Amino acid sequence: MSTTHPRRRRSLVVGALAAATLVLGACTNGSSGDGDTSDAIAKSNTDNDKSGDKVVIGFSAPAADHGWMGSITKSAIAQAKEYDDIDLKVAEGTNEVNLQISQVETFINDKVDAIVLLPFDGAAMTSVAQKAMDAGIIVINVDREFDSPFAARTTVLGDNYGMGVSAGTFVCEDAAGKKGLKVAEIAGIDSLPLTQDRSKGFADALKSCGLKVDNRVAAEFTVESGEKAASNLLQAAPKIDYLWNHDDDQGVGVMAAIKNAGRDEFTMIGGAGSANVMRDIKADNTVLKATVVYPSTQAADGIKLARLLVQGKSMSDLAEIEVPRQLKLSAPVVTKENVDTYLPSAFES
Amino acid sequence: MSASLRDPSLTVPAKPPRGDRGGNLGLARNLGLVVALVILCIVGVVTAGDRFASSDNVLTILRLAAVIGVVSIGMTFVITGGGIDLSVGAIVALSSVWATTTGTQAMADNIGWIAMVFSAVLVGTACGAINGVLIAYGRVVPFIATLAMLASARGLAEIIADRKTQIIRNQGFLDFFDAEPLGIPVIVIIFAVVTVAGWFLLNRTTFGRRTFAVGGNPEAARLAGIKVQRHTVYLYALLGLACGIAAVMLMSRTTTGSSTHGTGYELDAIAAVVIGGTLLSGGRGTIVGTLFGVLIFTTLTNVFTLNNLSTSAQAVAKGVIIVIAVLLQQRIANRKT
Repeated sequence: MSTTHPRRRRSLVVGALAAATLVLGACTNGSSGDGDTSDAIAKSNTDNDKSGDKVVIGFSAPAADHGWMGSITKSAIAQAKEYDDIDLKVAEGTNEVNLQISQVETFINDKVDAIVLLPFDGAAMTSVAQKAMDAGIIVINVDREFDSPFAARTTVLGDNYGMGVSAGTFVCEDAAGKKGLKVAEIAGIDSLPLTQDRSKGFADALKSCGLKVDNRVAAEFTVESGEKAASNLLQAAPKIDYLWNHDDDQGVGVMAAIKNAGRDEFTMIGGAGSANVMRDIKADNTVLKATVVYPSTQAADGIKLARLLVQGKSMSDLAEIEVPRQLKLSAPVVTKENVDTYLPSAFES
Repeated sequence: MSASLRDPSLTVPAKPPRGDRGGNLGLARNLGLVVALVILCIVGVVTAGDRFASSDNVLTILRLAAVIGVVSIGMTFVITGGGIDLSVGAIVALSSVWATTTGTQAMADNIGWIAMVFSAVLVGTACGAINGVLIAYGRVVPFIATLAMLASARGLAEIIADRKTQIIRNQGFLDFFDAEPLGIPVIVIIFAVVTVAGWFLLNRTTFGRRTFAVGGNPEAARLAGIKVQRHTVYLYALLGLACGIAAVMLMSRTTTGSSTHGTGYELDAIAAVVIGGTLLSGGRGTIVGTLFGVLIFTTLTNVFTLNNLSTSAQAVAKGVIIVIAVLLQQRIANRKT
């Protein structure tokens, strides 16, 4: 169901890098050095943050039932507060598609300038997003993709497949060619395409060094579900060498289950990149040795892009005068060595 | 058969008792609902002005109310008949998944999109009938029987859909339900038809009178010659049918079928029915009250959305409304004796 054209994907790598810089740098880069720019190439548009025309943005996301999702909404609101020309309307977070559709309908009735939408289910929100686009509203799709390329002007995505690849590559490098190691996986909500992408990336990366996932269970991103799934997994697998848990929020429950079972024979890798997991990695006294970042500032980027699009500005640090169609953020691995870089921008579970 | 039901010693009257005891109270309760809705609308107009009172916004409220509304109308019958059903959300999910599988969609392409509608409605009705048989003939407590259905229907939906969202490709289906004859969305028209049909069935037919009798005093109903077990199966099947219709409406709204559809519907529907004035203990039910209950909750959501108010405050407001409604109900129930 991917709606990305390979050609487009290549041309967007630049955009992805730029966005990753935005996310990870937490503030805009100053202009660098004295490049010899010809007249044909415009300078970076660094005036973007200057106040412009009033922009009314509607924002809707799923219920904040875990830290990452809570941080999505919090960061979006905080981002909007940075600009005096943004009027942000925040709809109630919900996991009920019918209700989320009606929120978008309300934004359409209100004739907002842009809608930043993190759908509970991308496919289910496609039709109403299309209606908004047809009504001349700029739609920014965040994290969970619509199933039509026409339903959004720009899509901001975490790299779910890349997350799996990062985690799998970490395992491969750490295993250093040892064979017959047992790898376990605790996934998030299995019905979401993003979970399927993560698992595929993980399996593909492991394959490259002759490993495979021996035990896999799925949880639901919540602490409680993480504890339940991990307890079952630890029962089923008496010996594990590596464990990748997709989500650090459910990871709190996973860690509790590991503690209850008194197990410590394996190395655990987290996912999403919560602050408490990073603190554990820094302390280096648990099975947690790494986590794979999945930026919770995606919606904040959605807000920034919506503002640029409505005001007709281009993205700074790109030669292209139009805001890109898709931004894919990077999924770096956080270990004890680089944890201090990522800790300040991490979210609290 | 139904003549024996005229004997007031055997049954609870179908309408709120008129006369000294309860007549005014019944009026007051329905009036309370109207007042609550009017207050909400005033709050909406004061805080959001034309944005609230526009026809677009009213249609947005009605579209949101339609899906859960149809489920709540069905739920009114089951609760009036002395039962409860926790599996409605799961049945909506299963019906939506069943009606959007590649197999069903291929059939729809061959013989028309009505095949998808039929599948959803049939699956819903079948699930409801299974609930009814377990409860009436298996003597399983409604709470437990429908709890089992909640788990198994959602599980089955996940198996069939392989936990993926199934996208509807049939343009005919989408176009039909997307239409707005006379400016009114098709799903809102369906909701209106279901409400009127439900009101008629409950208040103007033998079936309705039997429902009150079974819910009020099953033993007396049996002695009066009503086949209580069979009627119970009918009630749950009717609710299943409503869930099937709701699934079709949700499919048209989301253009998908998914095992995650219908999450939390059981509590929303029960809450709407209860604040509408239907007694949880059975024997007394009101379709008009349920309609108001659904509209109150949906309007509340809409007013909160228009004013950017927080999730948490809305949940608190919902809880307070439910408690007040139940407290009122208890007073009414006590007066009845």
